[in-house]
Amino acid sequence: MNPAYSVILFTTASGAGYGLLALLGLVGFVHGPASSPGFALVSLAVALTLITVGLLSSTLHLGHPERAWRALSQWRSSWLSREGVAAIVTYPVALAFGIAWSGVFGFQALAGILGLLTLAMCAVTVFCTGKIYSTLKTIRAWNHPLTVPIYLVFALATGACILMAISSIFGRYQPFQLVLAFVSVFGLAGLKFVYWRMVDQGARKHTMKDATGLGAGVRQWEVAHTSTNYIMKEMGFAVARKHALSLRRLFYALMAVVLVLALLTLWQPLFSVGSAVAALAAAWVERWLFFAEAEHVVGLYYGAQAA
Amino acid sequence: MTSLPPPSAKKLGLVIDLDICVGCQACATSCKEWNTQGVSAPLSDINPRGDDPMGVWLNRVHGYEVPDPVRGDSRVVHFPRSCLHCEEPACVTVCPTGASYKRAEDGIVLVNPDTCIGCKLCSWACPYGAREYDYLEGVMKKCTLCVDRIYNQNLVEDDRLPACVKACPTGARSFGDLGDPNSSVSELVRDRGGYDLMPDMGYKPVNKYLPPRARRDTLTVESLPQSDGSPMDRLFAWADKLLSRSQTSSKANPQDNSGKLEG
Repeated sequence: MNPAYSVILFTTASGAGYGLLALLGLVGFVHGPASSPGFALVSLAVALTLITVGLLSSTLHLGHPERAWRALSQWRSSWLSREGVAAIVTYPVALAFGIAWSGVFGFQALAGILGLLTLAMCAVTVFCTGKIYSTLKTIRAWNHPLTVPIYLVFALATGACILMAISSIFGRYQPFQLVLAFVSVFGLAGLKFVYWRMVDQGARKHTMKDATGLGAGVRQWEVAHTSTNYIMKEMGFAVARKHALSLRRLFYALMAVVLVLALLTLWQPLFSVGSAVAALAAAWVERWLFFAEAEHVVGLYYGAQAA
Repeated sequence: MTSLPPPSAKKLGLVIDLDICVGCQACATSCKEWNTQGVSAPLSDINPRGDDPMGVWLNRVHGYEVPDPVRGDSRVVHFPRSCLHCEEPACVTVCPTGASYKRAEDGIVLVNPDTCIGCKLCSWACPYGAREYDYLEGVMKKCTLCVDRIYNQNLVEDDRLPACVKACPTGARSFGDLGDPNSSVSELVRDRGGYDLMPDMGYKPVNKYLPPRARRDTLTVESLPQSDGSPMDRLFAWADKLLSRSQTSSKANPQDNSGKLEG
């Protein structure tokens, strides 16, 4: 699949934003109103900015951005529509939580319950994002039981690294933030390791034989057109498959950098800023590979023997 | 509404006979011509007269080679590919706006170009590559089964067929109601063993493909006409023998001495 930068930016930035927002909700639920309004407002602003930048990027990627509101209508059948609805609903919930948690306008008693609601809405939104991909039977690498968990853990891991970074800047670094970041990043690397092994070893169930019905040994004789088309550009992206192995190594290396810098926060909390930057870079590499490595069954009509 | 309508009794679709398709591309060009001015208009082309043209086509004719292990050779099968108007199309249910829909009355799968946002998700969900994005219009395009021809009262009745069916010079494409077991297309499917593409995907395509028939061409040395013993035949046999000898001795054309068709 063609890795469109707008979609990669959307899923990495919004994922991190929802992860951070969910953790802020958790902090509000566990500890009640924030002790520092400045920290609360800045961290909420960072989370909502990341989410909004991502959503805008994905909207501008549409052929008709001005019609984007229509995407909220088909939540009965479409995970993309559900994601849109969940994303929109999360805004007022997060703003209400922000007001209560920061305490700037009072309502501090509601910080706990609104925090929990915010956490839930973030989880629902990222879950819907994962579902968009995992329900596509046409793409073996996405139609996989680990696709949704990886999206959720990715949001948590990148959010945890950013939470640690903002906390450190505000001089509010605490070891539990390190534990959260370390465990989620380590878990994410493990999940990706298992996922890649499963995808590499999994069987390609669909064949050119099924796609054409022409029997064993069928192969492409002549392509249907002399220049490229949308199908070949969008589904036939093959550039990255060549570099997939080195990019996977780069992902693991970045994960290792995140973990080492996270551990160094015990000595100097500001290392967490580097940790967050490395986590976002790792997310970008992983998401690019997620698209570029994915093989679509339509390739069977264009010469692929199995998909 | 992208939730699917209840299954319709009428299932309009195409039956494509791979035995007689000659790969002439008339269906594809006729489709492009009609649909670039019909309800899907325009089917945009990018750089149409340049070095690397690219455009939207709703029908593509592939060529596949099928080996014959008994004969030790291959045959070429021309394979037109377009929307199969599935009974349970994932391209419809993934659509976030309701622009993609399946008609309750005849099962045709369409895109409303006025509400499509161009997110491309439907094309990702389709295993058959039936949908092509129009980069200039910013919306998805697909086969309409020429919905603007088949019900068009302004056309004479003979022309109320999809453009591809009307254009096919060999009659490899048939149009009809596959939901009616007594229709001519249903009979064709029954008689010729019509099949679905990638049935295990579960989308239940309405369009059917008829497999190539067993080959009848048996052009071998043994099948050529044998000598009837007439004087003329004997004269030719003598001349053949003489010419073969001189050719062998001069080695004028060493490659062409298989003798397969010379008998």
